[in-house]
Amino acid sequence: MGAHIEVAGLTMAYDDVVVVDDVSFQIAPGEFFGLIGPNGAGKTTTLEMVEGLRRPLSGTVTIDGIDPASRDPKLLRRIGVQLQTSAFFERLTAREQLQSFAALYDAPRAAVGAMLELAGLEDKAGTQTSDLSGGQRQRLSIACALVHDPDVVFLDEPTASLDPQARRNLWDVLRSLNDDGRTVILTTHHMDEAQALCDRVAIIDGGKILQLDSPAALIRGLNAPVRISLAPGTLALEEARGLSGVISADLENDALIVATRDPVSVLTALAGLGALEGLSVAGASLEDVFLELTGREYRA
Amino acid sequence: MSAFKSLALAMAKGFVRDKMALFFAIVFPIMFLLLFGGLLTDQGTSKSEIVQIGSVAVLDQAPKAALATLDISKESSEKLALEDLRKGDVDAVVSQTGDTLVLHYSQADAVRSSIVRGTMGAIVQSANAAASSTPNTYTLKATQVEDQALETIQYVTPGLLGWAIAMGATFGAAANLVVWRTNGLLRRLRLAPIPTASIVGARVLVSLGVAATQTIVFLGLAIVLFGLKLTGSWPMIIPLLIAATLAFMSIGLLAGAISKTEEGATGLANFVILPMAFLSGSFFPLDDAPTWLKTISNLLPLKHLNEGMLDTMVRGQGPSAAVWPIVILLGFAVVLTAVSAKVFRWDK
Ligand SMILES: Nc1ncnc2c1ncn2[C@@H]1O[C@H](COP(=O)(O)OP(=O)(O)O)[C@@H](O)[C@H]1O
Ligand SMILES: [Mg+2]
Repeated sequence: MGAHIEVAGLTMAYDDVVVVDDVSFQIAPGEFFGLIGPNGAGKTTTLEMVEGLRRPLSGTVTIDGIDPASRDPKLLRRIGVQLQTSAFFERLTAREQLQSFAALYDAPRAAVGAMLELAGLEDKAGTQTSDLSGGQRQRLSIACALVHDPDVVFLDEPTASLDPQARRNLWDVLRSLNDDGRTVILTTHHMDEAQALCDRVAIIDGGKILQLDSPAALIRGLNAPVRISLAPGTLALEEARGLSGVISADLENDALIVATRDPVSVLTALAGLGALEGLSVAGASLEDVFLELTGREYRA
Repeated sequence: MSAFKSLALAMAKGFVRDKMALFFAIVFPIMFLLLFGGLLTDQGTSKSEIVQIGSVAVLDQAPKAALATLDISKESSEKLALEDLRKGDVDAVVSQTGDTLVLHYSQADAVRSSIVRGTMGAIVQSANAAASSTPNTYTLKATQVEDQALETIQYVTPGLLGWAIAMGATFGAAANLVVWRTNGLLRRLRLAPIPTASIVGARVLVSLGVAATQTIVFLGLAIVLFGLKLTGSWPMIIPLLIAATLAFMSIGLLAGAISKTEEGATGLANFVILPMAFLSGSFFPLDDAPTWLKTISNLLPLKHLNEGMLDTMVRGQGPSAAVWPIVILLGFAVVLTAVSAKVFRWDK
């Protein structure tokens, strides 16, 4: 299971406008890899070049040593794709879609039932895709990508346009994908999603990779202050600002926010003062890393 | 299940569940058939048109009542009269040589011709009775002319069937290609381990299935409701219709390759097929059309399909009459498929 993906110097331009600029990365078998960045960053273009669907202007891609653009049936059989816009046969039911894709890949029919279950669509098996909700369609699209038990799975914005609940439900499905050694590549513009799912992420903007590492390492590297939130009035502002290690203390949105790079001593001091009402502690997130890197408001 | 079979099945289900597509491929042409068939039965009550050449004593002396169902006009040139008969403008031509009454009739309208022969036979018999001599004074000699004109249903069925096949194959291929391209399924299929030929092959199979259904329903209704009679080499319409399906699919593929939206593709297909149906004589014969129009009509694949079907299924010509139309239709298919392949795109 799994496959080794090597991408070197990938470049793509449309009408002389470079949209993917010298992108290189390697993905190991069993890894859950994320391409993250705002809309128009070049995620889809990069992903589809790795899938072999678009020919790069320059640069190379190999999946276990094979160029995916060669459409080698042996390789295609090992790849599962969910394109950004879910592509279904018109007027077929959920079950029929899965049966059709299973047949295209010579997959056993038994997989169809398992995939309906995975996608939580058992009771919608006989419903035509046009009558499914956005979340159900998205899950079906992922199930169609998995029905032949591929070694490598490409998911392009699998949770786009889903409500928060549907998004979290889908995360549960996605999280298990690389359990048995599958290689997974996902694109998303939701930083929380990448942080929750990916072993490593490449942050892309303007077609360039800005950073590539595990979410935890990226966040550590940011060395951002920890934000301690307390109920307002727990402590006077002046008193909070006077504690050792505190960078700033302000009233924000009906909460007292204390920023520090030394949360251990600040929390100890707060505990000593008995001033812990409404306590919550938030470290930096991938979103902060992104904002730091791009130096501008995040456009989702 | 193989990739090819599953693609064909998915396409077939997509078609059968598309009420609009079903309506335009099958119900709509049948409405035309019923309409034309209905017009035909209305004509059944009018009088038989007879042309009398020179003096025909038997008719002149016949009692008025016996002539009630006949509309007799006089004409001096037998040649012109027979010409009209062949064209189907009149039902019979009568002349008298000595005591023999010569009746020329056309088999184009079987019912009408038997009425005319029966009536004339009765008139001759009563003339003999009046002359009361044995052996009979007058004899009736009936000859069938080699007719060009066909009874309406005989003419209309092949033409409307041709039009239906043209619509079904063109629209099916055009819509399929555009929808699959715009919804991204073509790109998705590109990443499946299947040859492109299996996608095209599946579409051909489904289109042939639609054409076969149209043919069976059409001929069945025309035979049962309107008494369509198929002539000897009618099975030749099978290879003809296969060739035609390929030709019209290729028109649809081209329309689908050029168009950006499904509406655009079906609009374009309509723009091509409807005028072609008129110019190919699908709705009415082009016998009286000006020469330039007939020339244009010969450039159209539907014209050759219609002619091939008329020749083999109602005009009683041999199987070889279908050969040229088949060759021409396949030629269209090859050329247009090659052009479509040039302009084909996998994605939007
Ligand atoms: N087929 C195309 N033709 C022209 N420009 C394109 C095409 N595909 C993508 N682009 C452009 O390339 C840039 C990157 O697009 P994309 O890879 O889809 O970004 P993302 O998936 O990160 O939102 C965008 O500016 C987009 O407009
Ligand atoms: Mg994208």
